[in-house]
Amino acid sequence: MNTATTMLTPSIDLTISPRLAKNVRRNIKERIIEFILMLAALSAVATTLSIVGVLLYESLSFFKTVSVVDFFTDTQWTPLFEDAHYGIMPLVSGTLTTSAVALALAIPVGTIAAIYLSEFASHKTREIVKPILELLVGVPTIVFGYFALLFLTPILQKIFPDLPGFNMLSAGLVMGIMIVPYIASVAEDAMRAVPMSMREGSYAMGATRFQTAVRVVTPAAISGIVAAYILGISRAVGETMVVAVAAGLEPKLSFNPTESAATITSYIVQVTQGDLPHGSIGYQSIFAAGLVLMAMTLCFNVIGHLIRKKYREHY
Amino acid sequence: MTTDALSESPKQASVLKNLDAVRAMIKRHKLNDYIFSAIGLLALMLALLTLITLFTDLVIDGHERFNLDFLSNFPSRRAVNAGILSAWVGSALIMLITFITAVPMGVAAGLYLEEYAPKNWFSDLIEINVTNLAGVPSIIYGLLALSLFVYIFGLGSSILTAGLTLGLLILPIVIVSTRESIRAIPAAIREAAYAVGATKWQVVYDHVLKYSYGGILTGVIIGMARALGETAPLVTIGAATYIAYLPTSPISSTPPFLNFEWLSSDFTAMPIQMFNWLSRPDHAFHINAAATGALIIVVTLLMNGTAIYLRYKIRKNIKW
Amino acid sequence: MITPTTPIKAESRDLNFFYNGGNHALKSVNMPLYENKITALIGPSGCGKSTFLRCFNRMHDLYPGNKYQGQIVMHPDNTNILEHGVDPIEVRMRISMVFQKPNPFPKSIYENVAYGLRVRGESNKRMLDDKVEEALKGAALWNEAKDRLQDLAFNLSGGQQQRLCIARALATDPEIMLFDEPTSALDPIATANIEELMSELKQKLTILVVTHNMQQAARVSDYTAYMYLGELMEYDDTNTIFTRPSRKETEDYITGKFG
Repeated sequence: MNTATTMLTPSIDLTISPRLAKNVRRNIKERIIEFILMLAALSAVATTLSIVGVLLYESLSFFKTVSVVDFFTDTQWTPLFEDAHYGIMPLVSGTLTTSAVALALAIPVGTIAAIYLSEFASHKTREIVKPILELLVGVPTIVFGYFALLFLTPILQKIFPDLPGFNMLSAGLVMGIMIVPYIASVAEDAMRAVPMSMREGSYAMGATRFQTAVRVVTPAAISGIVAAYILGISRAVGETMVVAVAAGLEPKLSFNPTESAATITSYIVQVTQGDLPHGSIGYQSIFAAGLVLMAMTLCFNVIGHLIRKKYREHY
Repeated sequence: MTTDALSESPKQASVLKNLDAVRAMIKRHKLNDYIFSAIGLLALMLALLTLITLFTDLVIDGHERFNLDFLSNFPSRRAVNAGILSAWVGSALIMLITFITAVPMGVAAGLYLEEYAPKNWFSDLIEINVTNLAGVPSIIYGLLALSLFVYIFGLGSSILTAGLTLGLLILPIVIVSTRESIRAIPAAIREAAYAVGATKWQVVYDHVLKYSYGGILTGVIIGMARALGETAPLVTIGAATYIAYLPTSPISSTPPFLNFEWLSSDFTAMPIQMFNWLSRPDHAFHINAAATGALIIVVTLLMNGTAIYLRYKIRKNIKW
Repeated sequence: MITPTTPIKAESRDLNFFYNGGNHALKSVNMPLYENKITALIGPSGCGKSTFLRCFNRMHDLYPGNKYQGQIVMHPDNTNILEHGVDPIEVRMRISMVFQKPNPFPKSIYENVAYGLRVRGESNKRMLDDKVEEALKGAALWNEAKDRLQDLAFNLSGGQQQRLCIARALATDPEIMLFDEPTSALDPIATANIEELMSELKQKLTILVVTHNMQQAARVSDYTAYMYLGELMEYDDTNTIFTRPSRKETEDYITGKFG
């Protein structure tokens, strides 16, 4: 076909025609644009790699001074003291305790709110409440810190007179309240995604709303609901300002929520608030702590992923 | 008819007896419905009332500081005179950097992932990364920035570092919202544009980007609101606790009119200032903290409210 | 030819139905369902046949704004199941339903069949085992499913899933079973299985089936109703409808002149 055309047009120009040149230019431009866009997308990968790289690199220097065994077995964390101890467990216990308090509140309340919103509330109620939940998710955490320290703690102290001014209970509860709208919103989305035909199948068998919600809709949406929990756990473990303000800053190996204690995050905040020489062991210690925090969130995410895979929706 | 009724009466009796049992059972079961409704409403209320309590508490505690002096004063040793001038100016400048870095990057990345990326391990990798980044605790971003921006790049604890840090933090939010709003555009529109000979970029720029503009904006506003309230990463990269001066103005009256000294200036921000006051034992400073908190809440609620309203409008107006 | 001696299981009396928004979907429908017979509803799409069927177990109550007018009376107790005082749950416990697309729950085969009994508060293991086996046998699924009762229901084929849904509906001994185009998502072999099953089921209960497929109505039903634009155009025994319809519209539809 091409040769035929060439033969029929004897005066063909061997230099690139203006039109072809335009095409080439256009193609080059398209390629450049695509390349730039790809670089932007790769920034996500670069960020992840940098995070892992920085945490590993700085922690490596830390572990040149501190043995890994001590890090995990020593029951004291006092890197800035004369008599320095580097046991991460007190920070981990603080993190786990505040998170456990938060989730003990947020998971049941969030789930119930989600079920109510998805299966019981009228369309109109849902239209009003959902945006409010989203607004709540957007409230900055430092404000919740204020709430924990100056609003909830005094109230709790009236109930438990021995409660110290800084305690994990108040911080955990406020963190829980903070996470409720998050879990409720994500879990409700998952339940709404369950097809109506499944609800009809249940109602057609004579099931009540509650039976349908608990026996059919919740199991059908379980992977989304679990995902909501995992996101909630990640948030609780990584939450910083509430604990930094209200839980106290003294590392203590304790799982008692009525005590004050430091968490991994509040330790990092405490250290970076002061002037810490770059490269000192104190400086390196926050990266080691950060690495543990990252590993914990990663762990929960992987567990969540596995659970989701096991109970994947089939509709 | 009479004979029929006679032959049916035992059967009728059994059905009726059965029905009574069924009705009693339904009554029992429906009790659970009512109980759960009440509990569910309570759970929702807990979430909603918190917001109201939280806000009221801040307003009551902080109302003494609701005046213009509070906005135009620098921090001070005396709580009554202390204001948030350097804090809100710092927040504004940091947000500017965050916006300039996160929005173009995030939108470009979203465009690439939706419109260009081949569906293979490569795009999967980026996708997993974006999802994971959204779940990384914000303080980890602070650690990254502390090591990378402050020391390795030598940017110091500056406004630039703070803006870049928050930019990275909200990047996943912008990417995800860009992708979601692009995905809502039907393939038919792209095909129509291709059919008249448009190149890929022309299709993306003239159509995809234009129609997804509102959705992207929603995500950007939500991301910026998040950045405004973030505290932990800023503390980590070394926010100053006491700044009684303003950075040099970005705009000057003499050529070249623009000036970039402010980028390397020390920084503070509204949530940092609030945290700082909150950490002091003196109760007078708690009043300042409450007033700052009320202001932060108002601004973030307004931003998020705008975004949610915008999204609602877009969803309502979609014609395809 | 309708023989007057056959007992009536349920009948609609002057039934009107309005969807949310005011769409008048059923117009004064009067129709009996004869006991232990299969009644088929045919008609072009949008004629209200599914709407009519879903009135029988108050499915429309699930969506706000829908309105019934008139009565559906069940015999022998003469309950008007549309009456305000009658709980839709009570109605659904007596009248079960099989849907257009198989909609098993995300549970095991066993739990799917046992669902209706569990919803009724039954927890006796032996009783449940017996009922599940009986229902699966009744739905001609026992031989295929007996060795994999704990398997997830989604792992069954489409036809098997639909038979599972029939077993689920059967396990609670309903008085009437509704079938809403039960074979429209199935292949011909699965369809034949379901049709055969329906013919067996009518020994035990009364069946109302909506079908878009006239041959299916002719094959399985004893009585056939032709609906058009929300009205019941003609109702008679199936043989009469398909051989000597009394109305021109019915004949046109049956002979494929329209629809």
